[in-house]
Amino acid sequence: MLNHIKHDIDHGTPKRESAEEVSLTIDGYKVHVPKGTSIMRAAMDAGIKVPKLCATDTIEPFGSCRLCLVEIDGRKGFPASCTTPVESDMVVRTQTDSLQQLRKGVMELYISDHPLDCLTCSANGNCELQDMAGVTGLRNVRYGVGAQAGAHHCDAKKDESNPYFTYDPSKCIVCNRCVRACEETQGTFALTISGRGFESRVSPGQDQPFMDSECVSCGACVEACPTATLQEKSIISLGQPEHSLITTCAYCGVGCGFKAEMKGNTVVRMVPWKEGKANEGHSCVKGRFAWGYATHQDRIKTPMIRESISDPWQQVS
Amino acid sequence: MNVTQIFISCDSAAVALGADVIVEKINAESKSRGIDVKVNRNSTRGMFWLEPLVEVQTSSGRVAYGPIQSADVSDLFDCGFLEGHSHIKYLGLTEQIPYLAKQQRLTFSRMGVTKPLSILDYKSHGGFLGLKKALQNGSEFILKELLDSGLRGRGGAAFPAGVKWKTVQQTEGEQKFVVCNADEGDSGTYSDRMTMEGDPYMLIEGMVIAGLAVHATRGYIYIRSEYLQAITVMQKALQLATESGFLGENILDSGKSFFIEIRKAAGSYVCGEETAMLESIEGKRGVVRAKPPLPAIRGLFGCPTVINNVITLASVPLIIANGADYYKNFGMGRSKGTLPFQLAGNVKYAGLVETAFGLSLRQLIYDFGGGSRSGRPIKAVQVGGPLGAYIPESQWDAPLEYETYAAMGAVLGHGGIVVHDDTVDMSKMARYAMEFCSIESCGKCTPCRIGSTRGVEVIDRIINNQERDQQIELLRDLCNTMVNGSLCAMGSMTPYPVLSALNHYSADFTSD
Repeated sequence: MLNHIKHDIDHGTPKRESAEEVSLTIDGYKVHVPKGTSIMRAAMDAGIKVPKLCATDTIEPFGSCRLCLVEIDGRKGFPASCTTPVESDMVVRTQTDSLQQLRKGVMELYISDHPLDCLTCSANGNCELQDMAGVTGLRNVRYGVGAQAGAHHCDAKKDESNPYFTYDPSKCIVCNRCVRACEETQGTFALTISGRGFESRVSPGQDQPFMDSECVSCGACVEACPTATLQEKSIISLGQPEHSLITTCAYCGVGCGFKAEMKGNTVVRMVPWKEGKANEGHSCVKGRFAWGYATHQDRIKTPMIRESISDPWQQVS
Repeated sequence: MNVTQIFISCDSAAVALGADVIVEKINAESKSRGIDVKVNRNSTRGMFWLEPLVEVQTSSGRVAYGPIQSADVSDLFDCGFLEGHSHIKYLGLTEQIPYLAKQQRLTFSRMGVTKPLSILDYKSHGGFLGLKKALQNGSEFILKELLDSGLRGRGGAAFPAGVKWKTVQQTEGEQKFVVCNADEGDSGTYSDRMTMEGDPYMLIEGMVIAGLAVHATRGYIYIRSEYLQAITVMQKALQLATESGFLGENILDSGKSFFIEIRKAAGSYVCGEETAMLESIEGKRGVVRAKPPLPAIRGLFGCPTVINNVITLASVPLIIANGADYYKNFGMGRSKGTLPFQLAGNVKYAGLVETAFGLSLRQLIYDFGGGSRSGRPIKAVQVGGPLGAYIPESQWDAPLEYETYAAMGAVLGHGGIVVHDDTVDMSKMARYAMEFCSIESCGKCTPCRIGSTRGVEVIDRIINNQERDQQIELLRDLCNTMVNGSLCAMGSMTPYPVLSALNHYSADFTSD
């Protein structure tokens, strides 16, 4: 049975376990969540999507994109829903005129330093930045875009040193998701941010190409990237997949769950499955990228058996 | 015959103005004249336009001469300055110089009087009385005094120090820390530097008391990397205080211990933001953390941490020694005690003015500052550092206290006062504010990272009259995004100087 491509629900921040339950009101709806849960995740539980870019539920909240700001009764200002834990009897609003204006203001800044090549971009159809431009109702970038605005990174050079994915700093929104995934998910600490302020850019090691850095090509950063900045080369050449199949990695005995994202019978990419009990959305370089054997003529697709070592292999009937 | 005592400051501002040369010159002159004098190097009075200030001990008190140039020295001897006789640079008794006499020096009472590293001097001028009282009476007593005193953080945010300390005291933790933020980076400010160079034991005493109050045993002083002399003096002071039993293991035989280490700051303005400072002390990039958790709950290395500015901690010994009532009698409203204002920029008498909250900016810049140094009319005064608003003359009579300034859309910040005369172009000052932010932004949050750079570009278009009205509207929208959207005060306060310039000096934005 094939599954239509359906992107996993991103709750924004990791699940918290607690015996204590907290009740609060979000946009008029009562929500009950374990203590320690973020407002963002509580909202998702209630079916309310708070706009976001730097948050994703596989890594700890960071609070940098400032799209997920909300209003809370009795609190000054606009706290970020990803980094603010729920409290009893909180009354939260995720959509107000002020929030709309703020989010649009933030998006306007993002897009002023982003190439407007959505139609030919490899992430077209699967880009959170594009989604947020839609959600916030951005219609005009008054600063201008790229060179029109002034300082920009739209000409930044692509790093294609890694055989499996590319790093295009011109599309980077410096959300740090890749850096955090490398630290929290993979534990390799190969990535950092170099420079500060407007100059901040993701950097493998100290401004090294990916292949010369400590990177082990696990792909956690690529999976975490909300834009086309870190993109599988297979997606760049084949485009977005149209259906997916859940499968198990054929390499070692761990048994990582994978979503094989396909176009017809062609694998477009292998994405570690979030529901996979052995791997919970992460994997190593082999399962993630080294699946060139999938369509190889020598590939064994059915179980084989033989009576003794001197007998030939027989298909199990 | 008694040797005449001469006092010349060793503060780095005094040294920059030639104090060391004057010391050499006086020693040489006295030697050649066969007169026995002793030149003492004490801290500075903070009257920088009079530095190098030479003081002579007379029977009626210290008599001051200044500012003294090399060429003045032999003349001083000829005029009989060693007996306190008159001279063209004669200023009378130091403590009667109006600039000083009109101040209420509580925290800075020893400043210019004592030798920075002399524990004897410190003790004979009220030093370590607060510590002794704190050791006798314990944590609850300290917290009550601090809460009652109304002391609020002097670094800029003005959060009640007692509330912060109580939170740390009540938070469970095997290890707790006291961190002193000495990354003083506001333009035109120097009260932290003066304190560390001039009265280091006061800061150490304050930190030890904080440790006793919250049950912390370790402290860090994060000192601005450019403050080389402050680092040297503090290091020596830590050593001497430890040797004398005021710091380290078993303080004054109380069984309590407290250890302090110095961390040289990373040379970035944003590392003065408390959470970026914690990251920096931990050896990471100076990037701002999201709050919550508050550092009082999860701060340095994940432990409950008191973070206070130098002046906040330096105010503690005197509050504990003299009692909360003594301290809160100074000031007004919810702004209790004193603030060391630091006059700088285009002002005749630049220096440190410690007074109770409540005097007006006009009093500060005219009665103390003597008006502009250029002699031209004063146009704008930036209060509270590079993220503080420009205050127009219409607001100069408002009392300098936290709530009044907040209502004006301004801040007192760390007490920095930078004066500009009528030649200043406020559109350029607005541009400078955005540029400062773009250079110093940590780069974590979008409004500050991209916004400050766009802010410079938009103001350039306004200055160059490219679609001026639209660009002014865009600048206001950008300021709204930065004020309400930024992660920390760096981005959210940069619009203060920008908007105050735009609102109060709009003509500077519309002239070609």
